[in-house]
Amino acid sequence: MSDFEPKIVAFCCNWCSYAGADGAGVARLQMPPNFRIIRTMCSARVDPEFILRSLAKGADGVIVLGCHPADCHYIGGNYRARRRIALIRMVLEQYGFDPKRLRLEWVSASEGEKFQKTLTDFVQTIKELGPTPLQEE
Amino acid sequence: MTKSALVIGGGIAGIQASLDLADRDIHVYLVERLPTIGGTMCRLDKTFPTNDCSACILSPKMADCIGHPNITTLTFHEVMKVEGKAGDFKVTLKKKARYVDPSSCTACGDCLAKCPSKGIPDEFEYGLATRRAIYIPHAQAVPRVAIIDAANCRMIKDGKCGVCAKVCQKKAISYEDKDQELTVEVGSIIAAPGFKAWNAAAATEYGYGRFKNVVTALEFERMMCASGPARGHIAVPSSGEEPKKIAFIQCCGSRSEKTGWKKYCSSVCCMYATKQAIITKEHINLQEDIFFMDIRSYGKEFEAYIDRAQKEYGIGMHRSARVSNVDEDPETKKLTVNFTDSNGDGKSEEYDIVVLSIGLNPPDGAEAIAKILGIELNEYGFCKTTVFNPLDTTREGVFVTGAFAAPKDIPTSVAEASGSAGKAGAFIVDDKFIPRAPKVYPQEKDVEGKEPRVGVWVCHCGINIGSVVDVPAVAEYAKSLPNVVLSRQSQYACAQDCLEEISRAIQEEDLNRVVVASCTPRTHEPLFREACRDGGLNKYLFNMANIRDQCSWIHMHAAEAATVKAKDLIRMAIAKVSLLEPLVGSEISVTKSAAVIGGGITGMTAALDIAAQGIPVFLIEKNKELGGFALNFRHKEDGKAVGDFVKELIQKIENNKKITVYKGAAVKDIPGFVGNFKVILDGGKEIPVGAILFATGAAQYKPAEYNYGSDKKVMTNVELENAMADGKFSGKDVAFVQCVGSRNSTVKYCSRVCCASSLRNAIQIKMKDPTANVTVIHKDIRTYGFREELYNKASSLGVKFLRYCVDDAMPDYNGKVVKAHDSILGTDVEIPVDTLVLAAGMTPLREEKEELAKMVKVPISKDGYFFEAHQKLRPVDFATEGVYVAGAAHWPKFMDECIAQGSGAAARMLTTISKDKLISEGIIAVSNPDLCDGCGVCEGCCDYNAITIVADENGFLRSNVNPGLCKGCGSCVASCPAAAMEQRGFRNKQIIAEIDALFNKAGV
Repeated sequence: MSDFEPKIVAFCCNWCSYAGADGAGVARLQMPPNFRIIRTMCSARVDPEFILRSLAKGADGVIVLGCHPADCHYIGGNYRARRRIALIRMVLEQYGFDPKRLRLEWVSASEGEKFQKTLTDFVQTIKELGPTPLQEE
Repeated sequence: MTKSALVIGGGIAGIQASLDLADRDIHVYLVERLPTIGGTMCRLDKTFPTNDCSACILSPKMADCIGHPNITTLTFHEVMKVEGKAGDFKVTLKKKARYVDPSSCTACGDCLAKCPSKGIPDEFEYGLATRRAIYIPHAQAVPRVAIIDAANCRMIKDGKCGVCAKVCQKKAISYEDKDQELTVEVGSIIAAPGFKAWNAAAATEYGYGRFKNVVTALEFERMMCASGPARGHIAVPSSGEEPKKIAFIQCCGSRSEKTGWKKYCSSVCCMYATKQAIITKEHINLQEDIFFMDIRSYGKEFEAYIDRAQKEYGIGMHRSARVSNVDEDPETKKLTVNFTDSNGDGKSEEYDIVVLSIGLNPPDGAEAIAKILGIELNEYGFCKTTVFNPLDTTREGVFVTGAFAAPKDIPTSVAEASGSAGKAGAFIVDDKFIPRAPKVYPQEKDVEGKEPRVGVWVCHCGINIGSVVDVPAVAEYAKSLPNVVLSRQSQYACAQDCLEEISRAIQEEDLNRVVVASCTPRTHEPLFREACRDGGLNKYLFNMANIRDQCSWIHMHAAEAATVKAKDLIRMAIAKVSLLEPLVGSEISVTKSAAVIGGGITGMTAALDIAAQGIPVFLIEKNKELGGFALNFRHKEDGKAVGDFVKELIQKIENNKKITVYKGAAVKDIPGFVGNFKVILDGGKEIPVGAILFATGAAQYKPAEYNYGSDKKVMTNVELENAMADGKFSGKDVAFVQCVGSRNSTVKYCSRVCCASSLRNAIQIKMKDPTANVTVIHKDIRTYGFREELYNKASSLGVKFLRYCVDDAMPDYNGKVVKAHDSILGTDVEIPVDTLVLAAGMTPLREEKEELAKMVKVPISKDGYFFEAHQKLRPVDFATEGVYVAGAAHWPKFMDECIAQGSGAAARMLTTISKDKLISEGIIAVSNPDLCDGCGVCEGCCDYNAITIVADENGFLRSNVNPGLCKGCGSCVASCPAAAMEQRGFRNKQIIAEIDALFNKAGV
């Protein structure tokens, strides 16, 4: 299991978390190369379909990153994202996925370090969970 | 005839001034004496306090300048003569012989490789590298074309060579080229020739020029820089080895009466030295020490930066340490720095490299420039300005910006540049003004129903990407992907030559989609989109893969995995771009008026500048009177009482028919968006405006220390100033305590203005009564720039200075005696006082700012001031379009700085409200009426009230999106149960294509 390199999809909102990811780069904060970022304008744009599609295609984990509560560039998009993710986690569990495979976090534009820590930790979590259950089939 | 504007100097200040004028459809001649624009900033590695890569943030502006249809960039030109008067200048320019036709040269480099005249010191690299007689100034030069240095060219000197002309395929070289004269007619002139670094050779005691390992800060900047001669690998010059110890010596050429040195403070060196120490430490594990007299970190978030340097990076900060001299060991070439430490003891320490923090001097030829322009210089040889008119020279219609007026940092120069542009514009825009026609782009090609033909450019970004990611392999891989018709590598995709290549390839290779794999779309997407438009492609048919910030920079030690990731990201980008469709933004009408919130000198200055261009302004002041904090001042600046100046400003405001003043008014809400805001006042008054300025200022801290308020002997500087002006002050034993309410554990920042106000008052006391005992108890004295005069004058009048340790508790006071620890003497000192003056800092009025901030969604900095869009290059803009900030609301400032920033913000606002209409973003939500069943989920989802559910002609309910109100978040799209709502540019199928491409390596 130690050589398992998970594939992770990270959805980042344009204003905070994508900028935070850039900030991590500018500060040269090093992290595991297991994730690929897909940029949306707001975390609320992340359609449940995107998450389910990623998992169905073989993602070992999906992380959605948005602005901190009350900091959303679009006023309240992140609250909507939060409600949606909570629901999707329930659905995932019913379908036999560990809900830990889907995470929602807040990273602001200035939090390069939090981006690094969050992603590093998520990669570790997924490594511990092992490959997606879909792979066994 | 409509006049143009002339901007002299192509550094960051000149570039910003030109762009602001050009964005108001005013034509600009930008004249630069060197062969490339970019000034000093393009030679810097990083910028403080954000550590942004200098070239990365400047390059887009340079490219904007050269590509702007309203800017004629004249590099290698000089101004020879100025005739006429404001509004009607006739300017003679000299076009210096370049010997290479810039319009033919493609910067292929064939001539550079063959030129036999080698080994010429490269000016751009401060002589750290060599070049040939024909050369391109540097990799990101704008324009990026070759030039011949006639003095070293064998053909031009002796008629024996001609190799470059032979190898040039484009026949761009002409040895017969001659200087030419041309004349231009302009309405106004902006002088931004910048500064010249102090010549370190005058510091014989530090061994510059004699000792190889003593370098200037600018040379060190090139040594650090990834695009510098050593590719960013810092090495000891004598040995090439990695340094283990570096010393930075501050105030080289500044703050001294020595021959060849300057008396003033150069304002920026403390910060740049700290930046160099931090960045070096990020590359190498070593010991670094900074030797300084006072650390002058007075700007926004500067104090926190210094704190991090000490605590996180372990950089040694040696206060009150003036280095007497530097010795070299002739064998090892190691350097011994001899200095007096803060206890006054002589000490020595050995270093591998000594960096001299050289000061800023007037630019080369300042006197000649002044003579040509007919303007006066000040006693230091900089352009003469006054506190109340910081952007005006002594000649009407000629304005100054940047370091030509005084040593200053980049954001100050940028804000001033906008301000000068605003003022210069007033001499050009009148009733007869005809705006320049908008840029004409080639007809956009019709892509409807066409197979995608994708062009891919993979950027090396110098070594930023290429040193980790295998760029050639990635570019080769991209060729194998569906729809890709060409895939190329580029050294710098953002450089002018590559942008032109993209535009050309769109036509020549019939591309209908473009992908650039480089840095982040947040900074560079607009640039590449413009290149697409120039090639006749809709700008939304472009996509970026971020393989630098989010790949090579964060996986530096995993080259293989980073290369795999880069391939994945490119595959995803290509999958998405193939499905993108051309978008057209909708037109937004603009309310041609402005709201200025805050009626202090900043707000009043901005209001007058906007009104001067004929645009109505609504000035909203919470107090019953205009004037703001400046009403408290009783002193004079440049011989004029501040009170008189404020009175005149108020009078001008009240007599100006374009300005409506609301006094005692509070803002309740600000709904709307750029071009279409509504400022709603308490009581319900609604004011429609196109742009808004927050000039709400700050307040003075009300001390809780030293029995302030109950002990009559204790007063603030403002109270002392008033007491003296009223003749009610008779103190004989006066002590000033600095940093009351600043630089402590709760308010960590420096309030910038208190040192100068204490010294101004101390001087007043001593002038009136030379027998008075006056002591200033401080941590550092921060009289930056020409304010150093105050420090010198106070010292010469016998004001005593007592430095207590930065980390110590505040001095004690028992009602009669102040007790402080003198860190130089190392003992406690007791000072009897009849007056204790508190240098009370500035407090941001955070709650008030937070309320306003919420109304337009702008951020507040951690210190409680408004947080601008970019600390370096967008100092008065907010990320929210149409909203701006200036003055003490942005950060504590002196009056001249507030005035300059107020003018700067006004000019930025004019770039919006001088237009009839704006074009909205194309990325908005649209509803497909065939799928929508009018359920209304989307309506409740929209925080901007952009969606309404209306009945169509058949009576069916359908969702309708207002493009002017939609901000394009896509929240409604993800909520739509019928898949009727879509977001342009981020359609479901487009994002799903990205996901599928990631997992489906065979392609889409």
